[in-house]
Amino acid sequence: MTFLSDLLWGWTEYGFMRTALCAVLLIAPLYGLLGTMAVDGRMAFFSDSLGHSAITGIALGVMLGLQTPAWAMVLYGLCYALLLCYVKGRGAASTDTTIGVFSSTGLALGVVLLSRNGGFAKYSGYLIGDLLAIEPGDIATAAVLLAVSLAFWLLFYNKMLLNSISGPVASSRGVRTHLMETAFACLLAVVVMLSIRWVGTLMLNAMLVLPAAAARNLARNVRHYHLLSMLLALVCSVLGLLLSFAWGTASGATIVLMLAAGYAVTLLVRSRSAQ
Amino acid sequence: MKNDSLRTPCGACCTQFKHLTVSLEGLDVLEDVSMHLHCGEMTAIIGPNGAGKTTLFKALLRQIPYRGEITFSDAEGTRVGKPRIGYVPQYLAAERLAPATVLDFFRAALSRAPAFLPPRRREREMILEALSRAGAEQLIDRRVGALSGGETQRVLLALALTPMPDLLMLDEPVSGMDAEGLAAFYHRLDMLRSEYDISILLISHDFSFVRRYADKAALIDRRLLAFGPPAEVFAGETFRAVFPGVAVEDAAPDHHSHVDHHHHHGEGAGA
Repeated sequence: MTFLSDLLWGWTEYGFMRTALCAVLLIAPLYGLLGTMAVDGRMAFFSDSLGHSAITGIALGVMLGLQTPAWAMVLYGLCYALLLCYVKGRGAASTDTTIGVFSSTGLALGVVLLSRNGGFAKYSGYLIGDLLAIEPGDIATAAVLLAVSLAFWLLFYNKMLLNSISGPVASSRGVRTHLMETAFACLLAVVVMLSIRWVGTLMLNAMLVLPAAAARNLARNVRHYHLLSMLLALVCSVLGLLLSFAWGTASGATIVLMLAAGYAVTLLVRSRSAQ
Repeated sequence: MKNDSLRTPCGACCTQFKHLTVSLEGLDVLEDVSMHLHCGEMTAIIGPNGAGKTTLFKALLRQIPYRGEITFSDAEGTRVGKPRIGYVPQYLAAERLAPATVLDFFRAALSRAPAFLPPRRREREMILEALSRAGAEQLIDRRVGALSGGETQRVLLALALTPMPDLLMLDEPVSGMDAEGLAAFYHRLDMLRSEYDISILLISHDFSFVRRYADKAALIDRRLLAFGPPAEVFAGETFRAVFPGVAVEDAAPDHHSHVDHHHHHGEGAGA
């Protein structure tokens, strides 16, 4: 009975849970939105590496003695995205390999820098994130991120979609495809760096990719795809947050489990309807 | 999305490229290629593998740097400048599971309104009209990743024709199409060029179709080796030197009797 009451109303007494819920209501659809293009544009591996190497961004901020390393991280994330897009544009080695090299280097460098003076332990929170540590001021950040991403979508979605369906057709119609990919990578980098403290470097990619991947199983067009991806992200995240409270488990990981369950359900529905 | 499909045939407008040279890493992969393409004409580019056919296309599409000039001028000489190019690649990058439909694809290319918002009815009608130019109206709600090779070609052709280009550039489809499909493809191009009076530039590997349908053949091997009516190019010394032992026969004329074929061979066009 305590489980049910915790799940349904017990959490409302706690301010941090109310704040966390507000944040999830903004962050989940944001990730659901960005995820659609990360999956369509085959950038899931990129966002994963962005999350891993964010550790280096955190380390840089800490070394510079900044109170909150947010700006150092954003700057680092942008540099990382630009560098990666440049390397990808050169098309020398296979992109996956290149990204893998970047990702592991970024992670290792960050851990080395942070463990320099004895313990990495106090930074380990960044690995799995902490939604419950979100402060009311962070809600504004999340809202701005969502607003900026929506504006980006309104302005550039068509070009990104065209490029994801056919790069040559897009560029023959005047789309600057490389610039477009770089702009999206930068947007993703900023969102990742500013939300990594809440989401965690290890959970980030699941939050980004799972809703879109699940939506793909059912979507019949781009409109459906967006609606489903954002809705799934929202429902699974809220459910995951409340369950984590009732179970006393880590919030990010519980949300990811719910998203995975959502994915499994869509897969089941798809194979049913295919028969 | 303007509908300027009903231009009157003139035969006097043209696209020209002069002294086109492309260097990659210090090597001239394409050297001093000049061509004159009249509207209403189909020009087939032929040549061995690695001859620079694709490089020429990339230069024309401004995807790689080149030296030389590419100009278009219409019959009255009122519009002079870069040609409006419609490009049909051989296949799409979309994965089989990608949710985008043909409607989404066209909206992404033609509309200002974002494709994730509901389409207006007028938009849908315009796109249906665009699709009808290549006989692809019934594909409007299909997902692009699930189209067959022939269907993909028709959709891409319809998009390349909207808005009507000065120059239509295509790679001859090689994957996911049988001989009947190829015949229908050429027949469709044949009709388009006379109906809309556009220049068509085509990379081709099937010499019998070139002989039957093309007005000009351009034999390229790093340089432009021969340029003229296909029969003359195929009979020339240069052609025999580049393709020893290849004799070009006319394609069987009965192949293209059914244009709106419903073949679904080969899903492999997206590979």
